[in-house]
Amino acid sequence: MTSVVLYFQVHQPWRLRRYTFFDIGRDSAYFDDALNVAILRRVADRCYLPVNRLLLREIERSEGAFRCAFSVSGTALEQMETWTPEVVESFRALAATGCVEFLAETSHHSLAFLGDRDEFRAQVAAQRTTVERLIGTVPKGFRNTELVLHDDVARAVEELGFDVLLGEGADHVLGFRDPHRVYRPSGCERLKLLLRSYRFSDDIAFRFSDRGWSEWPLSPEKFAGWLAELPAAADCVGLFMDYETAGEHQWADSGILDFLAALPRALRAHRRFRFATPSEAAAQAAAREVVAVPGVTSWADAERDLSAWLGNEMQRAAHAALYELLPAVRACGDPRVLDDWRRLSTSDHVYYMSTKYASDGDVHAYFSHWDTPHDAFIAFMNVLEDLERRTRRPRTARRARTAGSRA
Amino acid sequence: MLGWEFPPHIAGGLGTACHGLARALAAGGVEVLFVLPRALGDEDAGGVEIVGADTAAVSDADLPELLPVDAALQPYTTAAAYAPAAAVAEAPPVPRGRYGGDLFAEVARYARRVEELARTREFDVVHAHDWMSFPAGIAAARAAGVPLLVHVHSCEHDRSGPGADPRIVAIEQEGLDAADAVVCVSRYTAERLRTHYRTREPALRVVHNAAPPHAGRGDDARVVEDPVVLFLGRVTYQKGPGYFLEAAARVAAALPRAKFVIAGSGDLLPSTVERVAALGLARRVHFTGFLRGDDVSRAFDAADVYVMPSVSEPFGISPLEAVARGVPVIVSRQSGVAEVLPSALRADFWDVEDLADKILSVLRRPALGRTLAAGARREARELSWSRAARAVSALYEEFAG
Repeated sequence: MTSVVLYFQVHQPWRLRRYTFFDIGRDSAYFDDALNVAILRRVADRCYLPVNRLLLREIERSEGAFRCAFSVSGTALEQMETWTPEVVESFRALAATGCVEFLAETSHHSLAFLGDRDEFRAQVAAQRTTVERLIGTVPKGFRNTELVLHDDVARAVEELGFDVLLGEGADHVLGFRDPHRVYRPSGCERLKLLLRSYRFSDDIAFRFSDRGWSEWPLSPEKFAGWLAELPAAADCVGLFMDYETAGEHQWADSGILDFLAALPRALRAHRRFRFATPSEAAAQAAAREVVAVPGVTSWADAERDLSAWLGNEMQRAAHAALYELLPAVRACGDPRVLDDWRRLSTSDHVYYMSTKYASDGDVHAYFSHWDTPHDAFIAFMNVLEDLERRTRRPRTARRARTAGSRA
Repeated sequence: MLGWEFPPHIAGGLGTACHGLARALAAGGVEVLFVLPRALGDEDAGGVEIVGADTAAVSDADLPELLPVDAALQPYTTAAAYAPAAAVAEAPPVPRGRYGGDLFAEVARYARRVEELARTREFDVVHAHDWMSFPAGIAAARAAGVPLLVHVHSCEHDRSGPGADPRIVAIEQEGLDAADAVVCVSRYTAERLRTHYRTREPALRVVHNAAPPHAGRGDDARVVEDPVVLFLGRVTYQKGPGYFLEAAARVAAALPRAKFVIAGSGDLLPSTVERVAALGLARRVHFTGFLRGDDVSRAFDAADVYVMPSVSEPFGISPLEAVARGVPVIVSRQSGVAEVLPSALRADFWDVEDLADKILSVLRRPALGRTLAAGARREARELSWSRAARAVSALYEEFAG
């Protein structure tokens, strides 16, 4: 049997407002609440609520044969808890079926693994707690931000007690190896690695609504037929994508919702497939082969590397400045300062600074609320400077001031 | 092709643009006859046939009252400022006729000479650059029975804002209405023409100007160690020097080492100097007067950031000159160049706080300036005259086919 592992990433960042030099030291409200709530509300109405409903119905109709997984970032959960609690409720209902696995990640969808290992562990622990509190399950699987993969990530994740890790099936890592097998990451004893089948995933996530694509329109039967051509020895097909793909990035009239609803039935026609959660798929496969990932890979863009986050000098300067500030943030002992710092650690902030203008640049522009990548950098660095001042402020003054400004 | 200036005798971006486009058209196989009010013989022709309207084969009997047109004529000059500007122009002085100080008479005279010339030469299309050549373009196209294409590098509303000269606006309107096709240097300009001249869609095409070739930073040591913010352009309403100063005051307060250079001259120079004194910036702001040649390059080399806070800028070649010298640029959103330079910071000209924030960011974050300069260099490489000439040739084919 070949497991079909459908996993959706759900994430919303705390987007910054236009924060100028003249705000530094005067105003420590960094985030654009109006924008953040508007986007969350829109995505909730177009994607989270209708697609969650659809998945729940499919699970019930198939009597549990249809299964999938989610990772919902801590920043998204925090926003949902505040502004759209009904979305949290609907995820909780999916978890309660026992057919939907919730994975862990860093609470702030951050690049902490690259910036500071202690912070990485702290954010993973925070995310476990949040998922347990809001969704009602304890995550056993892990996915790193943007599926950033590295041998050290795998070892750290095993140490943290996870059973399965999700990663990108990048050609330059796998070489001749098949992304449709379950692997053992190099240096791990127990942990199993499930890879994203980027070809099949991107058929759904990106090409589905492209009318210029030779395979458009893609029917569930045609897609199931492609999967059926995989060798019989295939352990799994990792269909990993942003959840927002289903109803937000690709508009509902592209038929993506109908496609997803019909996919389980189309796959059941080929008897070799069964839907599985990542933990189930990992448990059922032997993981005979070891795969090493000495360089960093991700699921983004044509390069499948970190160039979308740390590809230009602004991005590297911002990332470096952020983590240089972390010791002072910890030392100052102010939980509000740490909370704001963590919101700044969300990878989206450096992603907005990307200057890749080739075909991937369109994707970047779609996801950014800034006019230019440079504007994103300017605001971020100004905010960081204000945060740095707050770490130096004497405790008593700080308490009085933040109490006043937050009131 | 009808235009007012041609290198080396130029007062601004128009002559450079005519030169670049005409030469690239010639290189692409188009025969270009470029008629200037007065050719001096040392123009950088490069395959373009250059004719002075004053030397046209028009007998004195036909036009007995005419004298050579003063090459100091330049389209950036308002009628009011025409006489003083003529005094500092680069061209050799020529004897003043009785029309010498009257811009409108010069325009009319050029039109009549070009009309006569049109009867003696063969051509398929008339291409007129900016308002001063529009009457000549209309006359020539009518005389020869060929299509008229007008090319708008700037309009009176850009140059003078609320102080627009109604006589110039009327000439522009007449040219735009008579034209079979209108080429503008930016989408921004196209929008201005729709709004102010009711120019309609099918006739309106955008062809962006080219960027000067990359020259890189000069080798000379920096004149000043302190961070330098540069304004380079005519000190006129259109260029927004007042907004530059308001932003400079905010930057100066935040960054005591910052210096500001205002390079250029114009009718707002006296009031700008007074404003500098009033803001207490006399020791921080330096005025260089009008710069040319190597002095322009030196000004760019001394700068850490170039700011163009224009109130209305149809294209804006100066930011591309800054880019060619490796200087990061901040441009007004109300400009055409913003359309072709994603790696320029953009601000509304009136939002002096945003302008100041962006200046401070470039001065204080080296990574930002380097990313801007490197990105802009790549973007400028895409802007060539041969690309513009291909677009214009296609228009010739379409209308004169």
